[in-house]
Amino acid sequence: MSYHLKTLTQLRAGLASRAFSARELTASFLNRMAVHDGALNSFITQTPEQALAAADFADQRLAAGETGALLGIPYAHKDIFCTAGVRTTCASKMLSHWTAPYDATVHQKLNAAGAILLGKTNMDEFAMGSSNENSAFGVVKNPWDHAAVPGGSSGGSAAAVAARLVPIATGTDTGGSIRQPAAYCGITGIKPTYGRVSRFGMIAYASSLDQGGVLGVSAADCAVMLQVMAGHDARDSTSAPVPVPDYVAQLNQPMAGLRIGVPRQWFTEGLAVSVATRIDDALLELEALGATRVEIDLPDAELALAAYYLIAPAEASSNLSRFDGVRFGHRCDNPRDLNDLYERSRSEGFGAEVQRRILIGTYALSAGYYDAFYVRAQRARRQISAHFARAFESCDVIAGPVAPTVAFDLGAHSADPATMYLEDIYTIPVNLAGLPGMSIPVGFAGGRPVGMQLIGPAFTEGRLLAVAHHYQQHTDWHQQMPAAYREDVV
Amino acid sequence: MSLNATQLKHVAHLSRIALDEAKIPALLNDLNAILAFAGQLQDPKLDALTPMAHPLDQSQFLRADKVTEENNRTALQRGAPAVERGLFLVPKVIE
Amino acid sequence: MSIQAGWEAVIGLEIHTQLATQSKIFSGAATAFGAEPNSQACAVDLGLPGVLPVLNAEAVRMAALFGLAVGAEVALESTFDRKNYFYPDLPKGYQISQLAQPIVVGGTVAIRVGEGGKAVEKTIHLTRAHLEEDAGKSLHEDFAGMTGIDLNRAGTPLIEIVSEPEMSSAAEAVAYARKIHAMVQYLGICDGNMQEGSFRVDANVSVRRCGDTALGTRTEVKNVNSFRFLERAIDYEINRQIELIEDGGRVQQQTRLYDPDNDETRMMRTKEAADDYRYFPDPDLLPVIIAPETLRAWQASLPELPDAKAARYQASYGLSNYDAMVLTSAKQTAAFFEQTLAAMGAAGDAKLIANWVTGALAAQLNKEGLEINQSPVSADLLAQLLLRVVDNTLSNKLAKEVFDALWAGEGTPDAIIDARGLKQITDTGAIEVMVAGILAEHPDKVAEYRRGKDKLFGFFVGLVMKAAKGKANPQQLNDVLKSSLGPCGEAGGEEGTQ
Repeated sequence: MSYHLKTLTQLRAGLASRAFSARELTASFLNRMAVHDGALNSFITQTPEQALAAADFADQRLAAGETGALLGIPYAHKDIFCTAGVRTTCASKMLSHWTAPYDATVHQKLNAAGAILLGKTNMDEFAMGSSNENSAFGVVKNPWDHAAVPGGSSGGSAAAVAARLVPIATGTDTGGSIRQPAAYCGITGIKPTYGRVSRFGMIAYASSLDQGGVLGVSAADCAVMLQVMAGHDARDSTSAPVPVPDYVAQLNQPMAGLRIGVPRQWFTEGLAVSVATRIDDALLELEALGATRVEIDLPDAELALAAYYLIAPAEASSNLSRFDGVRFGHRCDNPRDLNDLYERSRSEGFGAEVQRRILIGTYALSAGYYDAFYVRAQRARRQISAHFARAFESCDVIAGPVAPTVAFDLGAHSADPATMYLEDIYTIPVNLAGLPGMSIPVGFAGGRPVGMQLIGPAFTEGRLLAVAHHYQQHTDWHQQMPAAYREDVV
Repeated sequence: MSLNATQLKHVAHLSRIALDEAKIPALLNDLNAILAFAGQLQDPKLDALTPMAHPLDQSQFLRADKVTEENNRTALQRGAPAVERGLFLVPKVIE
Repeated sequence: MSIQAGWEAVIGLEIHTQLATQSKIFSGAATAFGAEPNSQACAVDLGLPGVLPVLNAEAVRMAALFGLAVGAEVALESTFDRKNYFYPDLPKGYQISQLAQPIVVGGTVAIRVGEGGKAVEKTIHLTRAHLEEDAGKSLHEDFAGMTGIDLNRAGTPLIEIVSEPEMSSAAEAVAYARKIHAMVQYLGICDGNMQEGSFRVDANVSVRRCGDTALGTRTEVKNVNSFRFLERAIDYEINRQIELIEDGGRVQQQTRLYDPDNDETRMMRTKEAADDYRYFPDPDLLPVIIAPETLRAWQASLPELPDAKAARYQASYGLSNYDAMVLTSAKQTAAFFEQTLAAMGAAGDAKLIANWVTGALAAQLNKEGLEINQSPVSADLLAQLLLRVVDNTLSNKLAKEVFDALWAGEGTPDAIIDARGLKQITDTGAIEVMVAGILAEHPDKVAEYRRGKDKLFGFFVGLVMKAAKGKANPQQLNDVLKSSLGPCGEAGGEEGTQ
C-alpha cells in the first residue's frame, strides 16, 4: 500500500475515509523501521507495542468520527523530548536508563492531536554536534550514502524521515541542528522563531538558542505538524505569547512581489561551487514563480560563529550541571567522596564533545574571562541581530545555503573538532537572532542532497512555509528518495 | 587568548570533570582551536553594543501563587541512584 | 559588651528572608515547613532534565513591598542570574538569584540602641535586596557515611537583604536585624520564624584600630538562628579577631559557624580563590517588568510600619518615645497593645497598658522564653485586669498578684479577685478606723512627726497597710493619714508613698 510514498495530507485523508486504519499505517512504518534501521541506526528506542496500542485507540476515535490534526499519524521524536513511560536518553550514557516522569509540552500536544509515537531518534549527545557522530548509541548513516553523515544534531530524525521509516519527526535546532541534517538528508526542516514552540520537557543544550521544530518530507507536511506544536506554554517563560496563525491556510499565499534577499557574503570561497549552483537554480525557479531577487548584506558570519561557540557552551556548562549523579541519571560505582561522585559520574556519563563544551563554557564564564568572552559574545549577538533587522528592510525572506558542502564522510572531521564547527556558519546567525529558518531540498551534488535555507523575520513561519510550498509544487526534489529505501517492505 | 594546563585543571575542577593527565595536551589543543575563533570578539566595533541575553524583546510573565504540584515523590525518585527514607543519598558531606 | 579600647568593629548583615508565599518561587510546589522529606519537591525543584522555571507573581510583589517600606528604589526592570556551584542541596548546580539588576536597590532603616537618656539613633543603609531561591537541606545524621538530601526547601522564595557595613557593635547589628524582622512581619511577607529558618542572618565582621580608614579582613558568621545568638556570635568574633591581631596574627577571610553550645564561632571553610560562581544572566527567565502604576498601587497598600506606628502612639496616646518603640518593635506586640486598648473600651488607659505590656508581661514572657502571641494572659484578660485597676478595685500591687494568677491559668480577673478576696478597701470610713487605731498605738511617733520628722509618714503607711492586709486603697490611705496626722512641723512634708 506504499504508505511511505504518501504525503501527510494523503495519509490524513485515507485515515479519515477509513481507506486504511491507523493500525495498518502504524504497522507498515514499524515494519520499515524493523527492516531498515539496523543499517541506519536512526532510532535509539523503538516503541512498537505502545504505538500499536495508540493506533488502536486512534482507530476507535476515527471510527467515532473524531478528527484530530494528526489523529492516527505515526511520527518519531528526537530523543531530547521527555516522554513519560518511554526513556529519554539525549543520546548520552548519562541518561541511558532514565525515564522522565512527565511529558514535554510538545509531546502532550502531539498526543492530544492523536499522533502515534513510533520511537525516539538518535542524535548528537545533548544536541552537541553537526554529524550525529557524538552519540553514545552509535553513529547514524545517511540514507543517501551510508558512507556519509546524516548531519546533526537531529541526524536520527533526518535519516528516519529520508528513509521514510516515519512520515515526519520532531527535532531541535540550537545552531542548525534541524536545518543542516534536513539538508544533508534531502528533506524539509523548519526551525521556528525562538519562543514559538515550548521548550518545557525539551532537554536544554543552550536555553537562549534552543528551539523545537519539524523534519518532514514537504513544507505542507511540516505545516500540519508545526500547527500542533506551536503556541505559548505557561510552563516555559521564554515561550512567546503570540497567536499561532493557520499555517496550512497560509501555504497558498501568493508569491508575486515577494522580495528574496540573497546575502552576498554567503556566496564566497567558503561555499562549495556545486552547492552554490543548486541554490542559484532554486532562486531562478522562485523568480519564475513571481519572486524578486535582491542582493543583501549579512556580514560577520565568522563573528557569529565565534559568539555562538562561547554562548552555547557557556549556557550548556550551566544547564548540564544538574547531571551530577545525585537525583537521576548515571552515577559512578563506589564514590570515595562527594567530589569523586561528581567528577567520575560526569566524566563517565558525558562523551568527549560534551565535556569539551562544558570546559569551554566554564572557562568563558569564569572570573577574569567573563567580560572578554561571554559579554563580548553577547555584544556580537546584538550585532548579528542588527544585521538581520537591516537586511529585512529590503527583503521579505532571505535565501542561501544551509551548509558549505553536502554531507561529508563519516569520520572526516573527527581528528579536529573545531573544523566541524564551520559547518554551522550559515545556520548559527539565525539562532543568535532567534529567527525562523527552513531547509528545503534543491537538488544533488555528487549524489548527496543539497539544501537551501530560507530565513524570515520573527514569527513569519507561515510565509517561509508558503515559499517552500510553492517551490515544492513546481519541483520534485523533496519527493526523491534514496533507492535502497524506495520499495515497500513486506 | 588561550588556555594552559593549569587553567584547564581549574576549569575542570569548577566543572567537576575528571581529567586524564595523558589526554591534557590533546584536549588543550582542541579547546584552543575553538577559542581561536574568539579572537574576533575583541573587535572594537562591538564596544558600544548592549549585550543581548535573549533573542526576543519580551518580559517575564508571572504565575499566580498557587500550589499546583501534588506530592509525587515516588515517581520523581524512581530514577534516583540512591534513596533512603525519601532522602537522596550522597557520600558524607563534611561541614 | 563593649569593644576593647582602641579598636572598632565594622559589621554588615545579609539577611535571608523566606517570603510567605503558598508556592515556590519558580514552581507550583508547596512551601509549608516540616513536610515529609522531598514530598514538596516537584520536578522543577529537583532540577530534572527539561524542566523550566516560571516566576511566582507574589514573590515579586512581596520583594517590592519590602523595597517600598525601606524607601528603596524598586527596579521597574530587574533580571535573574545564575550562580553556579556544585553542592548536593543545590539541585541544578546553580542558584537562580539576582546579581546585575536586583529588584530592590538602596533604602534605609532607623535603629535605636541603648535605653533612656543614653539611647542613640542611627540610620543604616541597605545596599540591595534581591530575589533568589532557597537551597535544600543536608541531613548528616542517620546514615552511616552518607548524607541525606531533602529538597523540600529548595525553591522557596527568598529576599536576601544586604546592608552596608555600617554597624559598629553587636547591639547595633541586633537592633538592625530586629528592625528588619519587625518590618517583614508588619508587611506580611515573612512569618519571621527564626527556629524554622524563615529569617536567617549572616554577619560580616571585621575589626580595625580606631583611626584606621581601611577595612580589616572580614569573616562571615553563618547559622545564627536567634537574636541572642547573633549578639553573642558577633561579640565573640570581634574579640577573637582583636586578640588574634594583638597576638601578631592575621584574620583570614573565612566562613564561620556559630556554635551556641560552646558560645563560640568556628571555621567552616576558607574562602578560596577557587570560589568562582560564574554568574551569568539566566536564559530561562526574561526581564521582570513592573509597571509604574502597579508600583503605585503597592505603595498605597503598605500597612502602617513600626516607625509610623510609634510616632502615632506618642502623638495620640501620649506614650513616651521608649514605650512607643518597645510596643511597636514587633507586629504582635503592637497588636497586643491595640487589642488590650480596644477591649478596655472607654476606660482604656494607654499609658497603663504600656506599663504592663513593657513591664510585667514582657518580664514574664522573657523569663519563660515565650512570644507575646503565646502569652497565657491574653489581651482580653489583661484588659479585664486593668479595668479593675482603673476602677480602683485593685491597687497595682494587688493587680500584679492577680496577673500572676492569670498567668498560672486560675481563671478570669474577677473570679481571681473574688476567690482570693483581693478586693481593695475603698471604704473611707473603714480606712479612718484603721488609721485611728494605728495612731493611737504610737502616740510618741505621732508627736515626732508633728515636730517635723516627715519620714515617719511612710512608717504609718506601712503599719496601716499591714493592718489592711495590703488591700487599702493607697491614695485614700494617704489622704486619711495626712488629715489625721495634721501638719508636719514647719515644712509640712508632702512625702508620698509610691
